[in-house]
Amino acid sequence: MAKITLDNLAHSYFPNPKSEDDYALKELNHVWNDGEAYALLGSSGCGKSTLLNIISGLLKPSQGRILFNDQDVTNAATAERNIAQVFQFPVVYDTMTVRDNLAFPLRNRGRDERYVAERVQEIARMIGMEAELDRKARGLTADAKQKISLGRGMVRKDVNALLFDEPLTVIDPHMKWELRTQLKSLHHEFGHTMIYVTHDQTEALTFADKVVVMYDGRVVQIGTPQELFETPAHTFVGYFIGSPGMNVIPAMVEGNIATVNGSRVQLGRGYGKLDGKVEIGVRPEFARLSANDGLPVKVRRVEDVGRHKIIRTEFFGTDINIIAGEDATIGPDMNRVVFDPAHVNVYANDWRVEGEAA
Amino acid sequence: MEKTVNQKAWFLVLPVLALVAFSAVIPLMTVVNYSVQDTFGNNVFFWAGLEWFSNMLESDRMWAALGRQMVFSGIILAIEVPLGIFVALNMPKKGFWASVCLVLMALPLLIPWNVVGTIWQIFGRVDIGLLGHTLDRLGIDYNYTQDFFAAWATVIVMDVWHWTSLVALLAYAGLQSIPDAYYQAAKIDQASRWKVFRYIELPKMQGVLMIAILLRFMDSFMIYTEPFVVTGGGPGNSTTFLSIDLVKMALGQFDLGPAAAFSIMYFLVILLISWVFYTVMTNLDKREGK
Repeated sequence: MAKITLDNLAHSYFPNPKSEDDYALKELNHVWNDGEAYALLGSSGCGKSTLLNIISGLLKPSQGRILFNDQDVTNAATAERNIAQVFQFPVVYDTMTVRDNLAFPLRNRGRDERYVAERVQEIARMIGMEAELDRKARGLTADAKQKISLGRGMVRKDVNALLFDEPLTVIDPHMKWELRTQLKSLHHEFGHTMIYVTHDQTEALTFADKVVVMYDGRVVQIGTPQELFETPAHTFVGYFIGSPGMNVIPAMVEGNIATVNGSRVQLGRGYGKLDGKVEIGVRPEFARLSANDGLPVKVRRVEDVGRHKIIRTEFFGTDINIIAGEDATIGPDMNRVVFDPAHVNVYANDWRVEGEAA
Repeated sequence: MEKTVNQKAWFLVLPVLALVAFSAVIPLMTVVNYSVQDTFGNNVFFWAGLEWFSNMLESDRMWAALGRQMVFSGIILAIEVPLGIFVALNMPKKGFWASVCLVLMALPLLIPWNVVGTIWQIFGRVDIGLLGHTLDRLGIDYNYTQDFFAAWATVIVMDVWHWTSLVALLAYAGLQSIPDAYYQAAKIDQASRWKVFRYIELPKMQGVLMIAILLRFMDSFMIYTEPFVVTGGGPGNSTTFLSIDLVKMALGQFDLGPAAAFSIMYFLVILLISWVFYTVMTNLDKREGK
């Protein structure tokens, strides 16, 4: 178990990176606290797996240092780092039985057979494969194989960290939920530092204490699920988290008033002069339809998704989505939208601007 | 959906049947024809039954050739398969040097058999050959035309030089199909180099290795041109393998009946060994899958 510090870390797959665009992972300073569960969230190709492979030592970073507790491990081999990592697609040793597969990491580290047998039994129970222990791994289904991979990752108790690289992609939905619960309880029991890479926001938000959102090789926000929801630090976070994502509307901001296409929107905070591309962002949860005040919009359609309704509207070519309760009435004259001023965020060049209390 | 039953569809197989008949069955039948007849010349043949077959089965000469053949195939398999795997493991996985290696490896495979024979025949000569002359100067008694051991060594080294590439290329293809994640997982699991080979690389190469062994077995079992060019089957009969013996019998002595019987048995032996080998390997595969 260890605190993992990334110091000035960056990585490029090119031998001589010229511009910032050549970096798959842009300069990053971050501390992963000992014993916390993190989710690393982002769209495909944003550098999540690169970061994970650097931590586990499968990849050597182009610059910067990695410290486990206070020990520099930047040049240490994977085996020395004592890390468990589970990959997106199942990796099993075909010719071994399920039992030998689970025992493999322990045996390679010379643990005695009694301990190995006990541990394998425990893990087999956890992943629900006690009955298949003596089968060869070769003939198993993809999700059984992935469960073995997960089991191999969890079999060592003394690892510095557990890294998961989208491990549940090939597993069917029911089992997914169960395994995620198992991982969480494992975390509570042993307090490993866990990093869980995913592009599925539900997975990230339910699994982790803290969610790290990455975009284009950069960490854009680290926070609790609630922080990500209420105060997205970057428009990408607003758009990526939430269903539907945050409404982002180009605006002019002066003091505590935003002007969008001639209409005024009240803001919860005051802002100084802003440069560049200025936008306001409002979650659909904090918008509602109204008959007489707010922005004039064209209601395009209403989707009933069960517990609530999603109202799709258009405002001078910009889509604005609204979430309304399932019993909310939508009258024919309601063609304006009102935002809750406390939850309107202001963005300059995609980054959130912290205003002053009005 | 119901399958339509239409027996006329069998006619569609006719062209293939005709082709195979002309290319394989009819020529084979002429051999069968000779194997059961005898002649005293003048193109007059009479029925001999299975006499040639029983003659051949009692022939020491045939058994000796078969024995030499078995030893030869055994030795070259025992060398070429491990060596091929070793070469494949040490080839670069990608980039410029991978291509260079592939081209170099493929070169021996492109050289015609008799040219390979000629190359080694000259290479090994004590008077002008680089190898033969060097060995002679080093004080090693090497003369493949007179010495039994030198003749065998030359023929075996020549075959290894010619065909190890094939095993290496097949093994390399097998290795290339292993996703990176396997090696990464092995690192995480702290597997030793030997365990990576034993539990990841070898199982993934199993399929191609089976093909490689089968091909090398069949090919080496039928070897003719190279030893014929280098040693001519000598010294004495020491490198007279089955094919060389067969040609001596059929063309040298013009013993058509015994040679035909010999051919048929030769063919059956290859078929039998390949079949046994294939069945054993596939069954092994299935059992492991259970």
